[in-house]
Amino acid sequence: MAECGRADSSSTTHTMDKSITLPPDEIFRNLENAKRFAIDIGGSLTKLAYYSTVQHKVAKVRSFEQNAEVSLYEISEQEEVTARLHFIKFENAYIETCLDFIRDHLVNTGTKVIKATGGGAHKFKELIERKLGLKVDKEDEMTCLIRGCNFVLRNIPHEAFVYAKHADSEFRFQTTHPDIFPYLLVNIGSGVSIVKVTTKRRIFRTTRFDELLQLASKGQHASVDMLVRDIYGGSYGSLGLTGDLIASSFGKSATADKGFSKEDMAKSLLHMISNDIGQLACLYAKLHNLSRVYFGGFFIRGHPVTMHTITYSINFFTKGEVQALFLRHEGYLGAIGAFLKGAEEDNPNQYSWGENYAGSSGLMSVSPEMNPMQRARSGTFDMLEMDRLERQLVNLPLLQDPSSYIPDTMDLTEDALAREYWLSCFEEALDGVVKRAVASQPDIPEAIERSEKFRQKYRHKLQTLRQQPFAYGSLTVRSLLDTREHCLNEFNFPDPYSKIKQRENDMALRYYQKAVKSLEQLSWEQRQFALVRGVLAGNVFDWGAKARPWLVDSYDQWLQRLKGPPHKCALFFVDNSGVDIILGVMPFVRELLSRGTEVVLASNSGPALNDVTNGELQILTERIAAMDPVIQAGLRDDRLTLVQSGSSSPCLDLSRLDKVLAMVVRERQTDLVIIEGMGRALHTNYYARLSCESLKTAVIKNSWLAERLGGKLFSVVFKYEVPPGKPSQEDSSAPSTPS
Amino acid sequence: MAHNGHQRGGDDDDAIDGDDETPTKQPRSDDELPASCRRSEPDGEAAAAGGRAPSDGRTSNSTARRRSDSVKKTRPPFPWFGMDIGGTLVKLVYFEPKDITAEEEQEEVENLKSIRRYLTSNTAYGTTGIRDVHLELQDLTLCGRTGTLHFIRFPTHDLPAFLQMGRSKHFSSLHTTLCATGGGAYKFESDFRTMADLQLHKLDELDCLIRGVLYIDSVVSRGPSECYYFENPTDPDRCVQRPYTLENPYPLLLVNIGSGVSILAVYSENNYKRVTGTSLGGGTFLGLCCLLTGCSTFEEALEMASQGESTRVDKLVRDIYGGDYERFGLPGWAVASSFGNMMSKEKRESVSKADLARATLVTITNNIGSITRMCALNENIERVVFVGNFLRVNTLSMKLLAYAMDYWSKGQLKALFLQHEGYFGAVGALLELLHPS
Repeated sequence: MAECGRADSSSTTHTMDKSITLPPDEIFRNLENAKRFAIDIGGSLTKLAYYSTVQHKVAKVRSFEQNAEVSLYEISEQEEVTARLHFIKFENAYIETCLDFIRDHLVNTGTKVIKATGGGAHKFKELIERKLGLKVDKEDEMTCLIRGCNFVLRNIPHEAFVYAKHADSEFRFQTTHPDIFPYLLVNIGSGVSIVKVTTKRRIFRTTRFDELLQLASKGQHASVDMLVRDIYGGSYGSLGLTGDLIASSFGKSATADKGFSKEDMAKSLLHMISNDIGQLACLYAKLHNLSRVYFGGFFIRGHPVTMHTITYSINFFTKGEVQALFLRHEGYLGAIGAFLKGAEEDNPNQYSWGENYAGSSGLMSVSPEMNPMQRARSGTFDMLEMDRLERQLVNLPLLQDPSSYIPDTMDLTEDALAREYWLSCFEEALDGVVKRAVASQPDIPEAIERSEKFRQKYRHKLQTLRQQPFAYGSLTVRSLLDTREHCLNEFNFPDPYSKIKQRENDMALRYYQKAVKSLEQLSWEQRQFALVRGVLAGNVFDWGAKARPWLVDSYDQWLQRLKGPPHKCALFFVDNSGVDIILGVMPFVRELLSRGTEVVLASNSGPALNDVTNGELQILTERIAAMDPVIQAGLRDDRLTLVQSGSSSPCLDLSRLDKVLAMVVRERQTDLVIIEGMGRALHTNYYARLSCESLKTAVIKNSWLAERLGGKLFSVVFKYEVPPGKPSQEDSSAPSTPS
Repeated sequence: MAHNGHQRGGDDDDAIDGDDETPTKQPRSDDELPASCRRSEPDGEAAAAGGRAPSDGRTSNSTARRRSDSVKKTRPPFPWFGMDIGGTLVKLVYFEPKDITAEEEQEEVENLKSIRRYLTSNTAYGTTGIRDVHLELQDLTLCGRTGTLHFIRFPTHDLPAFLQMGRSKHFSSLHTTLCATGGGAYKFESDFRTMADLQLHKLDELDCLIRGVLYIDSVVSRGPSECYYFENPTDPDRCVQRPYTLENPYPLLLVNIGSGVSILAVYSENNYKRVTGTSLGGGTFLGLCCLLTGCSTFEEALEMASQGESTRVDKLVRDIYGGDYERFGLPGWAVASSFGNMMSKEKRESVSKADLARATLVTITNNIGSITRMCALNENIERVVFVGNFLRVNTLSMKLLAYAMDYWSKGQLKALFLQHEGYFGAVGALLELLHPS
């Protein structure tokens, strides 16, 4: 139900906070193009949502019309406009200042209304209408929450987490089940609403706070509550009730002659309320046979102490059968829902959206009790930005079990040693990245200034992650890489590697024909090995002759398989530009085509490091086709297809791939997936289980990781897997795995 | 387990020991008793006809006596007690034999006589012990003996005084087994041994509870019904208490509201499970009331609650929506947030202690109602029996529970109540003494 604030009179203590300490243009970004506003005003926090467009540079490649010898293709950076959702959360004390700021910066909006929800929407209606000149259009709170919840569950991979107070990592993020329904949403505001969300909505029941929780976290409820041991002297064995369970909340306060501390009473009250809500939620979950229960509302809102008591209570009442789930963006659900309601004509649900790590503050970054220092520094503003992705993203149809698929090999939130290593590693690499960024725009003088801003931003993100590894979901090498890409884009360095890629592609193309010729001179068996070596060695110049057996080596099984019938269709996730794609991957593809296997080459939609992009690969393939009749025939007969992955990351999330890719994969009855390179086959997908044969290959170019996996720098991983139950050419379906 | 009658102020020593005090004389004439307690006629036939009495009915006819003679050998020696030591209250049932022959009278040891006289000639013991005279069952036949079953309660924190009395009356010399249930049977076992030289026979409280409920319901088959319900619970003007025959009682949901709450699904006398429980029970009501209003006894808290208005404290759906929240079928009068109005300073200043007491009562009761209703749905049981001392002299809560069961289940669920509310555990303990299972 509605959140209700403390009395008006007490909020005067906050007037001193009314000036915004941060430069507001860093908070209310892109206001000049903002359209469609929504606001959710709770008891203490206001959440503002708006839709805006962002203009930023994107790197494009274009083939020269003539066969110019100057360079392979033309690189240009163009301005592009993309859609972005902005969500800002701030304390109600700032509301007037914020409204003033918005009014002064709104330029192009054609909007006449602002969607509003939350208990405070009524109270501030007049103020909003007067300040913004927009008509306040109220939306039902529960409906907004449900809408918002569906949206974040659909679009943010690590949205939901389980809270474990005493574990190494307090937050355990969950893979969102591809089908998010049905679930139970328990919203704990001033009352409690428990809603079962199927695709339709249905409700069952409905029934100042920070300071109270501060008190509670210091209190001892056992002096106020009557415990089982107070009645039994110990546990109640026959019922399995342990002595420290609460038998009667506040049971001691009737008889004890001494007074209780406020802390103890607050703790007791917290336990009582949490247990009660947990119990009711469990009863509803059981009645409706639901296993996913999400908790939200201002009772939860980032408070470890309430998340812990709720988790404990759910665990107790369901004997572990139901897990209490919390949401990273729980505070935004109402605003998101209200916004979506107002934006229906833009069809926001038709698109896929991605969290922009550069523009979003992470979980708990402004939570008072988690990190008081942080709060003082960043003001009390919390932001979430979602980019509208050009393409709709879906699961790879070949995942064995989409609901248990986890892209990342290592969860750095749980592995403190690995976290420390990688955070330092990324910090140390930062200078190089900055240098490279500047070098990519030699003719633009202000590039240096931007590169410094990038450095600051990314360093700050790394520092935040050091303190709160869970800020953006599970911390992984992938999220560190993606955050860096987002930050580079933020400061208009769309493709720092473009020139290097161009040069290397140009160089490699010159050797293509020679390479193909020498491969053709080899015997069949020698050739197969040379092709594998080519893919492995593609981007490692000092590879040398690595003696087998490799660190992970199922080459023999692969070779055996090749002696059998050809695959119907292979999906190949490619990695780097230059030697890798041209002299490693292309000859391999050529061999597959010659065997009668169709090939789908999947490359990044947007640039990331020196990975080959779809745009670049189109040009390269055409150039190769001009030299190589096999490739040419493949293209002509539509047996070689290029698709984009939908990603702009050096890693690969098989649960968020371009819809077209998924369609092609299905149509062509793909029965082999090849994943190449460290980012895609080691940092991610190393343990991914596919429903068809798969080949994961990489050279470990990082000595720390190599050591972790039990090898040395430049150790080779060649992992050929056949899913259990699928007939393979021979019975070696158990590939070796590094421990 | 629930609430004490009179709060004791001073030290513990004079609590129950009647030696130093003038016992309160008990009105003995039947006319002074509520009609429900006049059970002068033997009605063994009726009890037998009931057919589901697990043990003796109230009877004094010769057939029964002959049968009973055969059990005489296994019959335990007097005195016969059953005890339930809860978190807040100790419940004691005592069987007073009325068929004592002259011969027996002469044989009876002085200690036993003194205990019997002390218990039966008083209605209050010390400052906190109470005998619930209106509940006593006369002409009850147990193990072939006819007599009266007495119901006595005192606060658990006065247990030391009770033990002291047992010691001074040389209770241990009678070599009786003291059957006790409730958590206190475990917690205070060593105190019984060291302070009063008594060995407890400890029994599971939920086993005892169910046995007690079924027994009492079976023996009270004439006169005012043990079991009752409220007719028209959703209409305050027409809401009246009606007797209910608990024939063929299974399956039933048994909700025991003491200091805390246990909810049991009972499928037969020996087949039951504890579905769940909640720590928000009678102890919570009294505890919160003490903190919020400064009161100190259950009666005081209830009295205040009866004069208060919870809607000044609670935030209702209509306080937020101006009326019903139609989209989700919530009526405007439904509570949206218990104590929700107390977030506002002005409203805090305008409520009375009585309002706070009433809101506490309503909150606790409604919560028990919600959990019960969900359990009934999950277990697919339509009959709910509420027991426990939280309901003692607490018609407000009973009507609220009756209302909540009826309204939210659209008439599917029936809330039932029992006259002997909090004593079933103690009765079950007594039965275990007479008929070890």
